[in-house]
Amino acid sequence: MQRLQFMLARVLQGLVAIMLIATVNFMLVRAAPGDPVSVLAGEAGASDAQFVAQLRTQFGLDQPITTQLATYLGKVVRLDLGFSYRQQQPVLKLILDRLPATLLLTGSAFALSLLFGVTLGALSARRAGTWVDSSITVIALIFYATPLYWLALMAVLVFTVQLAWLPGFGFSTVGSGLTGFALAWDIAQHLVLPALTLALFYMAVYARMTRAAMLDVAQMDFVKTARAKGVKPGRILRAHVLRNALLPVVTLAGIQAGGMIGGAVLTETVFAWPGIGRLMFDALLQRDYSLLLGAFLVTAAMAVLFNLITDFVYTLVDPRIELT
Amino acid sequence: MKSPFWRRFTRNKGAVAGMAVLLLVVVVALLGPWIATNDPWGMVQQPFLHPWTEPGFALGTDTLGRDILSGMIYGARISLLIGAVSTVVALLIGITLGAIAGYFGGLVDAALMRFTEIFQAVPSFALAIVLVAIFQPSVGSIVAAIAIVSWPPVARLVRSEFLTLRQRDFVQAALLAGQSTPRIILTQILPNAMSPIIVMASLMVATAILLESSLSFLGLGDPNQMSWGYMVGSARTVLRQAWWMALFPGLAIVLTVLALNLVGEGLSDGLNTRLDGRTK
Amino acid sequence: MSVAARPVLDITGLSISLPAGADRALAVERASLSVLPGQTLCVVGESGSGKSMIANAVMGLLPRPQVAPVAGQILFEGVDLLTLTEPQMRELRGRRIGMVFQEPMTALNPVMRIGEQIGEVFDAHVSVPAAEKRRRILAALADVGLPEPELLIDSYPFRLSGGQRQRVMIACALVLEPVLLICDEPTTALDVTTQAQILRLIRELQQRRGTAVLFITHDFGVVSEIADHVVVMQTGQVVEAGPARRVLDAPQHPYTRKLIAAIPHGQAQRATPTDDTLRVLQVQDLCKTYRSSHGLFKRGRAVQAAKNISFELKRGETLGLVGESGSGKSSVGRCLVGLAPFDSGRILFKGRNLSQGAAFRREAAGKIQMVFQDPYASLNPRHRVGAAIAGGPIAQGIGKAEATARAVELLKLVGLAADAAERYPHEFSGGQRQRIAIARALAMQPELLVADEPVSALDVSVQAQVLALFAQVREQFQLAMVFITHDLRVAGQMCDHLAVMQRGELVEYGATQQVLNDPQHAYTRQLIKAVPRLTQPPQHLTMAVA
Repeated sequence: MQRLQFMLARVLQGLVAIMLIATVNFMLVRAAPGDPVSVLAGEAGASDAQFVAQLRTQFGLDQPITTQLATYLGKVVRLDLGFSYRQQQPVLKLILDRLPATLLLTGSAFALSLLFGVTLGALSARRAGTWVDSSITVIALIFYATPLYWLALMAVLVFTVQLAWLPGFGFSTVGSGLTGFALAWDIAQHLVLPALTLALFYMAVYARMTRAAMLDVAQMDFVKTARAKGVKPGRILRAHVLRNALLPVVTLAGIQAGGMIGGAVLTETVFAWPGIGRLMFDALLQRDYSLLLGAFLVTAAMAVLFNLITDFVYTLVDPRIELT
Repeated sequence: MKSPFWRRFTRNKGAVAGMAVLLLVVVVALLGPWIATNDPWGMVQQPFLHPWTEPGFALGTDTLGRDILSGMIYGARISLLIGAVSTVVALLIGITLGAIAGYFGGLVDAALMRFTEIFQAVPSFALAIVLVAIFQPSVGSIVAAIAIVSWPPVARLVRSEFLTLRQRDFVQAALLAGQSTPRIILTQILPNAMSPIIVMASLMVATAILLESSLSFLGLGDPNQMSWGYMVGSARTVLRQAWWMALFPGLAIVLTVLALNLVGEGLSDGLNTRLDGRTK
Repeated sequence: MSVAARPVLDITGLSISLPAGADRALAVERASLSVLPGQTLCVVGESGSGKSMIANAVMGLLPRPQVAPVAGQILFEGVDLLTLTEPQMRELRGRRIGMVFQEPMTALNPVMRIGEQIGEVFDAHVSVPAAEKRRRILAALADVGLPEPELLIDSYPFRLSGGQRQRVMIACALVLEPVLLICDEPTTALDVTTQAQILRLIRELQQRRGTAVLFITHDFGVVSEIADHVVVMQTGQVVEAGPARRVLDAPQHPYTRKLIAAIPHGQAQRATPTDDTLRVLQVQDLCKTYRSSHGLFKRGRAVQAAKNISFELKRGETLGLVGESGSGKSSVGRCLVGLAPFDSGRILFKGRNLSQGAAFRREAAGKIQMVFQDPYASLNPRHRVGAAIAGGPIAQGIGKAEATARAVELLKLVGLAADAAERYPHEFSGGQRQRIAIARALAMQPELLVADEPVSALDVSVQAQVLALFAQVREQFQLAMVFITHDLRVAGQMCDHLAVMQRGELVEYGATQQVLNDPQHAYTRQLIKAVPRLTQPPQHLTMAVA
């Protein structure tokens, strides 16, 4: 019951945050150089006078600024994110079409990065000071310093161009007409490279954090108490050290989620993965600002939602959190 | 050089190596126009020249016949410039807001923290893209965009340091002595908060360089500046023919960012011991 | 007359090395001691004496390889523990030897239920069916005097107080009925009344089960309460050993004598103050309530730290504000100096009613000063000592040269060399830092000095020196002082009047002698009874301070 109340409060906060971000969108359009209407119409739409006039009335651009804001926010609440002249479709539809692909990519990358990151970090901490630790640390450092898009390009170069082991472009093999399990397998193959490259950077982040947290926790008094009770080292590691070290990792995962969603833009661009990130890239090229801002709002909403989930998970794992 | 800070720093071999690489990059950046043999934008050779085939073009040429090595040298200048300046701006914003929030607490703190949280809720790279796109790419807008997405973690760190230090007895004693608020913030608290800020600053420059290169990769870089990200971006569609166009600039980024991270760790080691010999 | 019982623990010639760069090569040098079954051996010493090292060495918990035993034997039931492998040691730990540590607030895993933490001991050593295990855990919790074991077994540690967590630790250590219990300063971090309860508990359990107890402590009062035998340690060496009564009544070694003499005896010995009628401080019905923040769905909680506190102080007098943690004495202290606002009531300084917050401090013009508890946190680590002391007068408008000269003078007054002004705090010991803190307070030429537990963090011998400095300074400058402490012995020695606080209320107020000899309130009586004291004050020892 307490948890429910707490979550409701957080959901409310999240919605307010999304509205605030929408307001930022609104202000950006006003602050951009040039006429706000041409910004909203995009490069393609600006040349169509009728479209421009339509936008002017729709957004009430001749009215006082507060009314404009209210109109804009009203549209956002009704999920009306505008119209992309270039693609001749409502922005919302374009985004919703792409959403599943991005969710699939970021979801798998997140799972991979957490799983491998925590495991490698724990291994590194367990064998602190040995060659295992040094190699994991060095590898993590290198991946932490590697730009996502470059890693993606190198992966394509090696695995697709040179070795032809894995496909490097798109969601599935075009025109193959596969269905059911065969389609899923095809998609999975296409998913490997993008998910892995997106995951590697964050794997390094979680590995470093897990290692540091575990080494910290191992110094704490209650670990000494456990040893004084004669508890076996394996259990001490699992139930005492790791259990406490995971708390900061969960918090970090929430914070990094925003980063991963942003990083998806780069990964999707390189791998031509049909997700929201790719959509943002196309919008950039086409100077379609309505679409760009709409996609931005949706990615922000995704990040907010994700933070909510990690907050919730944190209350499950840390009994000390006071919910009332 | 024999101060305890340097002793601890140099004990970290990685940090020393990082420092060496970083110095090399800085020197290259500073001496850029004098060591680069060609104008990076000049189409001086045949396109798609393989590396190490022609003297004077050690790393080959790109789709338009531009010298990649010269491009990388100029790219170093822009990356370091943007990285450093945007970090300084982010630090100024973050330290100011964090110090105020941490020192005064209460409503001021709550309001500032809500404000910071909004910024942190947004995926920072996406926000940077939007900002640069809307305000048209230039060195100025890129620096501003990176600074705007980078200041929240600084503010949080400074806030938490100030919250802790504010309660310390020596600050209470300074209050009793009648020292003014600005004096207390600047002479009593801030010097004790500097260590984690310095470490964070070096990591922020690394992140800023990654951000700038990512923006340039997507085509949002300053069109008048040759940057590493732009070079990798222009290689995207011709990867099969000219793999070296993507490899070398990318390696430069990896090495520079890695060097900065290692130096950051060395700084953390070097500054970590509290002067009173006890852990905080 | 019976066959000499074989000692449960017999340490001979134990030496433990420290890593290079430490202030000495050996933490413990050729130490020997033995503990008989059913008996309590106390190892007494100040910080750095190596007493905790011995306890850790027995359990095999030394942080190797930097700190390791290099010589000697630790015979436990005839087996040399130093020759055992780690798995063999693991079998003994928790089963044949139990250990209780010093800091109860961090000694339990915060995310694991209490029942599971005790259950671990079973899982590690014996195979017991779940129902039986639960029964025994409940019994263990009841045995150590914890209320409602059924609820506690599924609770998390954050719900328990320090004293309760220590009881849980004792339950963990004793649940498999070991023959030896090692206690490493288990009551140092606890309130005096809680300490009395824990000591009583340990004594009771020992008598019931015949456990041998190795008890590490720095407090001779505790020794007097529970020890059968005593070993005194100084910088790693055993300087005296013997039956407790003999060592306490007739100490042989000069260090032991110095330690016993340094214990505050609780008898004021200062001259009666003059009939100066100037009331430096008048506190009338002071009230302060802490309200924890409330969010959208969270109710705030209110804790009354001070309820209608009233007292007064004349020039040259010292008032002792005595209480345990949570009594509100520190809150009152902060209100007195203007570092914390209060909700109602008045504070009059030299007859003038002071307003709140920054205005309070301004009106007092630096004439009310404070000496803080933690010597390691009360000096800015980045400022030189001289600058720290001169900083106050400079902020009040005094010229830099004059302020610096005053700082040097004060350093000499508190017993430090003049060149100390150029050094940083980390170059000084805890006791020296407290002297610097006193010098800093005196630099403002205060008329009222509030000392908030100024000696609690210091070793007993250093404590005596700092208390003597307070007495000297008080006489010299005719200061009015409010001395906040939890230690009745210190309060008795330093103060003319005592004000006893319990949960925000002033339960007793009067002249020291009267309060200590004829306490009116039940809580005061309880406090006095709980103070661990030497049952026979050593009359033949002088109170001279080394």
